[in-house]
Amino acid sequence: MKQIGRFYLIAILVFLYTPIIVMMAMGFNESPLYELPFTFSTRWYEALLANQPLLKAGANSIIIALTTAVIATTLGTMASVALSRRTFRGRSLLQILLLPPIAIPWLITGTAMLIFFYWSGIGRGMHALLIGHVALAIPYVVLVVGTGFKTVRADLEEAAMSLGSTPVHAFFSVTLPLLYPSILGAALFAFAVSLDQFVISYFLATPGYTTLPVQIYSAIRKGFTPEINAISTLLLLGSMAAILIFARFAKPGDTRDKR
Amino acid sequence: MTNVKVKSVAKTYGPIPVLTDISTEFEEGSFTSLLGPSGSGKTTLLRIIAGFIKPDEGIIMIGNNDVTNVPVWGRNIGMMFQSYALFPHMTIAQNVAFGLERRGIKGEAARKEVDRALEMVRLSGFGDRTPKQLSGGQQQRVALARAIVIKPSVLLLDEPLSALDRRLRQEMQVELLRIQRESGLTTIFVTHDQEEALTLSDKVAILDRGRIVQIGEPETVYERPLTRFAAEFLGDSNFLSGKVENGAVRLSNGTVVRSDSALPGNGADVTLAIRPEKMSLATADSQPNRLSARITTVIYAGPVLSYILETPDGLPLKLFAQNRDGRVLREGETVSLSWSPEHTIAVAN
Repeated sequence: MKQIGRFYLIAILVFLYTPIIVMMAMGFNESPLYELPFTFSTRWYEALLANQPLLKAGANSIIIALTTAVIATTLGTMASVALSRRTFRGRSLLQILLLPPIAIPWLITGTAMLIFFYWSGIGRGMHALLIGHVALAIPYVVLVVGTGFKTVRADLEEAAMSLGSTPVHAFFSVTLPLLYPSILGAALFAFAVSLDQFVISYFLATPGYTTLPVQIYSAIRKGFTPEINAISTLLLLGSMAAILIFARFAKPGDTRDKR
Repeated sequence: MTNVKVKSVAKTYGPIPVLTDISTEFEEGSFTSLLGPSGSGKTTLLRIIAGFIKPDEGIIMIGNNDVTNVPVWGRNIGMMFQSYALFPHMTIAQNVAFGLERRGIKGEAARKEVDRALEMVRLSGFGDRTPKQLSGGQQQRVALARAIVIKPSVLLLDEPLSALDRRLRQEMQVELLRIQRESGLTTIFVTHDQEEALTLSDKVAILDRGRIVQIGEPETVYERPLTRFAAEFLGDSNFLSGKVENGAVRLSNGTVVRSDSALPGNGADVTLAIRPEKMSLATADSQPNRLSARITTVIYAGPVLSYILETPDGLPLKLFAQNRDGRVLREGETVSLSWSPEHTIAVAN
């Protein structure tokens, strides 16, 4: 039984990571056609440095993802506070309405957004991308922070209030510090949702302002070069570093502290 | 030190009345228990006094101030919660200092107060630890220190001992009482544990379905219950019902029972409550009130023997006897019980 379990685990890791490792390795291969034998070279990284559109798109992606993370986390956390701690009319309805967007195919959401933005005069471009990404990320944030809220007992805030805290002070001095791992996790989620986003970005980007996935897509339509591997590798290492730092400091899933 | 007054307080949740016309006074420096089953409204009353819930009607006075419209954080209350509610991301000292800081007491002055409070709950030297490094009982004492360090006008305790095991609980009861006496704080204590209420309180208030059915010293409430509910909830009681006949009560089986309670006029229905420990097995010099009954169950608990009995006409009775001579009666034996008119209390249904 243990053997099977171990084999299963190894299989998962192999299928998950082999393509990524191959992709990274090919970024350092001399051949533009991914031919073997492997000859180490940094020429694709040099080429990347000269590829302004790709770099520009990469920078756009990161800026959009960071901004999305900040806005969506703030708004989503505020929504979570209301949904977890207050009672008001339509609360359950609101809670239920936040979930379907996660399940609706992005193609449909994207089409709907494109039509709506065109019709309402919002148009396309950076601001449209931001609105789209934030809207997309908020349900994830509410979900993650809402789960975090369940581990912070409501009577901690009551205790703070009995000692003289206003509700606002109680929130910032007691709830927020305890919620911070969930909020950080939610921000990471929002960042990833935005960085990953292709379909909606494809619809809302303009020729002058585009994101990395969209740029990669149009680049590979013209022809695949290992520059793509190079920028993907850089992006991947960046994301992984962020996740590892989070895992090291925030101990996701650790609820022991708050009981 | 201040008293707390509750005047005509009422609260409903939707169509359900949780509290109905509650008026009472908690005297300066006294320890009062709010005792009742779950759903009796005791916690709601405490939370209304704390300010977490706004009453639909009535006013709350702390000292000479009407605090009905003052929020929790402006009432200067000390509160202990069932779950300790210590802040897990702060040290013990920071927990205790939290309320002081809100009152602008910081630095050296705050540290002195914190040390004094921790000393009072016998936790000197624990200031640098975190709550999770402490046992349940220690955490509860920190919660107490945190509540009293701010010199509150009133100390509110919401079943603070119910999460502790029996032994620890008894220790904490003694501790709580000592600290309450030393600090002289007007204390209101919510509990569903009748023994706890009797041992700790100057006064016990019994709540039933949103009303205070009786409030008084533990002895009075126990010895002279006013209602059937009070007689049943605080301690155990045997109930006999019958009709008043010439200043005594005739039960349905014909037995006449005498009571020192004031009885209504001839022919009125009346319920009598008798504590199981006030009944004894009849001997030659026995009391005037007598019933014969068959023992159905014997519960041997060491110092005390509990007998469950049944009269010939099917009335269930309980009798507690001291295990004085080591003689235990057997199930199935028929015995004669006797008790005094003084311990026969007429109660309202």
